[in-house]
Amino acid sequence: MNKFTTLSGIAAPMPLINIDTDMIIPKQFLKTIKRSGLGVNLFDEMRYDDDRNEIPDFVLNKPQYRDANILVAGDNFGCGSSREHAPWAIADFGITCVIAPSYADIFYNNCFKNGILPVVLPQSQVDVLMKDAEKGANARIEIDLENQTITSSDGDVFTFEVDAFKKHCLMNGLDDIGLTMEKAASIDTFEAAAAQSRPWV
Amino acid sequence: MSPKTLYDKIWDAHVAHEADDGTCLLYIDRHLVHEVTSPQAFEGLRMTGRTVRAPDKTIAVPDHNVPTTLDRANAATMTEDSRIQVEALDKNARDFGIHYYPVSDIRQGIVHIVGPEQGWTLPGMTVVCGDSHTATHGAFGALAHGIGTSEVEHVLATQTLIQRRAKNMKVEITGKLMPGVTAKDITLSVIGVTGTAGGTGYVIEYCGEAIRDLSMEGRMTVCNMAIEGGARAGLIAPDEKTFAYCKGRPHAPKGAQWEAAMEWWKTLYSDEDAHWDKVVTLRGEDIAPVVTWGTSPEDVLPITASVPAASDFTGGKVGAAQRSLDYMGLTAGTPLTEVQIDTVFIGSCTNGRIEDLRAAAAILKGRKIKEGMRAMVVPGSGLVRAQAEEEGLADIFISAGFEWRLAGCSMCLAMNPDQLAPGERCAATSNRNFEGRQGRGGRTHLMSPAMAAAAAVTGRLTDVREMM
Repeated sequence: MNKFTTLSGIAAPMPLINIDTDMIIPKQFLKTIKRSGLGVNLFDEMRYDDDRNEIPDFVLNKPQYRDANILVAGDNFGCGSSREHAPWAIADFGITCVIAPSYADIFYNNCFKNGILPVVLPQSQVDVLMKDAEKGANARIEIDLENQTITSSDGDVFTFEVDAFKKHCLMNGLDDIGLTMEKAASIDTFEAAAAQSRPWV
Repeated sequence: MSPKTLYDKIWDAHVAHEADDGTCLLYIDRHLVHEVTSPQAFEGLRMTGRTVRAPDKTIAVPDHNVPTTLDRANAATMTEDSRIQVEALDKNARDFGIHYYPVSDIRQGIVHIVGPEQGWTLPGMTVVCGDSHTATHGAFGALAHGIGTSEVEHVLATQTLIQRRAKNMKVEITGKLMPGVTAKDITLSVIGVTGTAGGTGYVIEYCGEAIRDLSMEGRMTVCNMAIEGGARAGLIAPDEKTFAYCKGRPHAPKGAQWEAAMEWWKTLYSDEDAHWDKVVTLRGEDIAPVVTWGTSPEDVLPITASVPAASDFTGGKVGAAQRSLDYMGLTAGTPLTEVQIDTVFIGSCTNGRIEDLRAAAAILKGRKIKEGMRAMVVPGSGLVRAQAEEEGLADIFISAGFEWRLAGCSMCLAMNPDQLAPGERCAATSNRNFEGRQGRGGRTHLMSPAMAAAAAVTGRLTDVREMM
């Protein structure tokens, strides 16, 4: 997994609440057996018309946001389906940080498995960054995971919370499975005890 | 001992390792797998030389992609990419030695219907699946989480899930339901109250007389949509109905093991003084047959209401409501019962069980669907389909003008050929009314099977109570 330490870049504004994973990556793109290549279909139904032409008004089609690497959005981002294709598509497009007041649980977890930092900030601070994002390429937002800060283009510094274990994995690009396998003895012990106490499982 | 919730009890019985910061490895008793969210996980195992730790606890079934038309044995009914996914599951199931129900098996169906039906899902278990509607299994008093593909790989390799303890939320439905009101109306009404993010960070336990009165099928409908309220899992304490449902299922314990299991299962309830971080109470008598009008499952109204205006809302919901109204092609103030319907879909992991088909058939008996209406019933499993045929329900659907399909997810998420066309308006018993969910530009109204059947007859959203 790619490491995430600091990020400086352009943020695309999506001031919508309840952006669901069907919007992020519609079902027709779930038929892949790979993790890569989904960036071109990120927000597909909002981004392209029926003839596959880009819809010019959609934020990621605007010249100033084509290279955005941050997304600022409304409440409950990533709700709905558990499809990890959503963070795969976001990362494949080149976005590695999402900023929103809240996320759906499964999506939030999926981000950390894919080198994406989902930042939770109060609505008032998201509003500031949304305004920043609306300025386009003239406004760069800085994210520092180690210090858990976001700096707006005007120099406002916001701090954010993140689970220490998730932060550690993200900063070091660690594979969860490898880490869990180091605890195999605990799993063995649990399994042996459960085989006695709940043999029907 | 301090009083515990049902969630606390199941959680405590499954912690295999707890780090100093509270991050836990939760042992997983059942891992359900389908073809869409698993290929990358199996590929990951191959690339790292890992294997499936507990193949005996891992159960796979293809459901999302499979065609539901009667000619599906013919491979040409599937697009190439769908066929590749199903074939990948066939191969992965074989290579890793996990339990498998292929498309040709009568037990095949939607993973969340197959699990309980085969007795894989039992009280007190931890269940995961790379699918958000895994919450369904909570109806048995099992802690059931939807997970992403990386987590699928993690569970395959380690039989554990990295988790932190969630908060406890109690949703109590007191009293009795009125005639024409079903489990679907309960679960939609709860989301209407809490919103789609109201349950985020919580595990919900549904309780109260109206929940106890539900059948296991109804309880599965309620828990299924916990995720639409933002909760990663929903639970209902097991009782005699639960035990009666489980007894004799192919993978349920037998003999002395059944007795031992029962002894533990009977302790699976929330203690009287348990702490709840959040409590929501609804009176069963206040719940009406409901439909959704917008593009979020929280956009719920009684069928007797009218389409709202964006200005009825506040904050970010104003813009979202306007976007929904535009997408749905609805005008504020229109009575919901005047909204014309093109298509009816009865099925899905929310409402594709035998009781759902009985409820719809009860409305359709002796009636015909409106001329020009497209209507389909997609049973949740091959066994549900067979039972419905035996009970004469299939004949009622066919006589009424419905297509009688084979089992699968079908038009709930439209990954197979069952899709809406742009602008096509559908009365659906599924779980999501998101933009494009049932096909690009398709317009979805969620409701109960009986309400969907009523809409099929009249050609518009209809108060089922007028037809009972």
